Amino acid sequence: MNEGLKPDSGRWLLPEGIEEVLPSQARYLEKVRQELFQLFDGWGYDLVIPPLVEFLDSLLVGTGNDLELQTFKLTDQLSGRLMGVRADITPQIARIEAHHLKNQGPTRLCYIGEVLRTRSDGFGRNRSPLQVGAELYGHSGIESDFEVLQLMVESLSITGITNTHVDLGHVAVFRLLADAAALDESQEQTLFSALQRKAKPEIEEFLDQFVLDQSLHKMLSGLADLNGSEGVLSVARELFKGAPEGVLKALDELQWLADAMKDLYPALPLYFDLAELRGYKYQTGVVFAAFVPGHGQEVARGGRYDGIGQSFGRARPATGFSLDLKTVVGLLTAVPVEKLAAIFAPCSSDPELTKLVNQLRQQGNRVLNELPGQKIDFVEFGCNQILENKNGRWKVSKLPN
Amino acid sequence: MDKKLTIALSKGRILKETLPLLAYAGIELRDDLATSRKLIFDTNRDDVKLLIIRASDVPVYVDYGAADVGVSGKDVLMEYGGEGIYEPLDLEIAKCRLMLAGPVDGIHAQGRLRIATKYVKTAKRYFAAKSEQVEMIKLYGSMELAPLVGLADAIVDVVDTGNTLVANDLKPYEHIADISSRLIVNKASMKMKHAVVKGFVDKIEEAVAQRKK
Repeated sequence: MNEGLKPDSGRWLLPEGIEEVLPSQARYLEKVRQELFQLFDGWGYDLVIPPLVEFLDSLLVGTGNDLELQTFKLTDQLSGRLMGVRADITPQIARIEAHHLKNQGPTRLCYIGEVLRTRSDGFGRNRSPLQVGAELYGHSGIESDFEVLQLMVESLSITGITNTHVDLGHVAVFRLLADAAALDESQEQTLFSALQRKAKPEIEEFLDQFVLDQSLHKMLSGLADLNGSEGVLSVARELFKGAPEGVLKALDELQWLADAMKDLYPALPLYFDLAELRGYKYQTGVVFAAFVPGHGQEVARGGRYDGIGQSFGRARPATGFSLDLKTVVGLLTAVPVEKLAAIFAPCSSDPELTKLVNQLRQQGNRVLNELPGQKIDFVEFGCNQILENKNGRWKVSKLPN
Repeated sequence: MDKKLTIALSKGRILKETLPLLAYAGIELRDDLATSRKLIFDTNRDDVKLLIIRASDVPVYVDYGAADVGVSGKDVLMEYGGEGIYEPLDLEIAKCRLMLAGPVDGIHAQGRLRIATKYVKTAKRYFAAKSEQVEMIKLYGSMELAPLVGLADAIVDVVDTGNTLVANDLKPYEHIADISSRLIVNKASMKMKHAVVKGFVDKIEEAVAQRKK
């Protein structure tokens, strides 16, 4: 027994990776949330609010093993079926799109909500991110990826983050080359893992053993070095001569995206990495992510994931992005603090005062009522003005600093 | 824009064998390692700093981006796990083998094999791949002692010359992996400081090739 421990010690403690947002940040976070909603709204994205829990099988559709391990599970006492607390909102949006909306043209949806993860995959070791995102269904061209990418960049700029770097990749390159090399699932997984770490010695060893076709060997072995500025696209074009047709089409798409981004954001640093296979299990085309200096992991990510709606009866092309608002706001070294101005209203039953207070509030002022017997500390309340009765009339006057 | 390069190294053999590679890349230490008690070391280049830390901490610093690049043994990387760090280059230094070792007269287990090691995850993976369930005993050093005093039936550890094993009446039984040091790179640094980081990696690659000649 540790005798220094009081009986209530540790009750305030939160589980690892579970966070709360306190007033100093919450106000800013809410402001950003509203501005993000306005941004999405302005682009025609409809807000949806999916539930916190769902039956597990629908939550995990088309996402692979990773998400299953990330999902907290519980048994539904009513149906006896297994439910999951969502670890990612995107599959929920896909379900809504495929099952409820049934639009023929492009569908634009956005969302914001907390998710829960058994294990953190992020830098902040946060297991309860506040996920914000936008998804665009029903168009398979690169133009829709461009729209979503723009939204990602605009979203980050709304949060107050500067110095964003954008990382662009395309999972079709690796997928088609692996298919052409006729790798089985476990071989593909081995190569995938080595590529994710750009572990060139391991890649070479693997290729020597399993990829005997000289030209494919050369292409797959070059993949780990295809990263850097836009120049890598032309290097890739050279290397992938004679590759499956889709590989060159992927390069065309990336080039198109690069040109479009440069026109729109000439100062935004772009980085290309053809071996970047973030979300490889469900991504099908362009993938992108945003990085900021001083943070070792991406702060927002997105890309194309066609066909996810298939299990809900309607496979449609899809592209989207998401970010964790808590991480992003937490990254700001100083959350911009609004100087809160509040007016202190003393205890009084005078109806004139009540009237004036209501008026002031309607004009957008923050007015705090005094409660009988309370301790008064204007600094703690953030009050810089006070209502005073002068000669029978209530007036707002300044408090000394 | 921040174009500084922070390199994480661990003391001892890795440091000693990495310094010539760094010298080839034009990076030399300013402080005297033997006498200094500093943890951050300046180099002849203003834009390059060295962190000297524990071997098992190197991947952590690089994963979190506290260092842009680092040098870490494959044994440490295998144990650290995950796909969060790039490891583009085998420096072919600090070579050794990860091995299963046990008493000279054989590994005799009653029931489940008890393995003492500091590479718990790696050892678990190794035995799982052989469909063997074993019991792990995590130790931080002097693994060789464990079988002698009956704490474990065998050990999993890196073996260089094998002298320590011999001195303790142990011998290697199974070869688990070849170990050498890798140059590791933080993913975000690779993307955001590409010219600096890639330039450094290429230079070190050249140094490794040069040394072979």
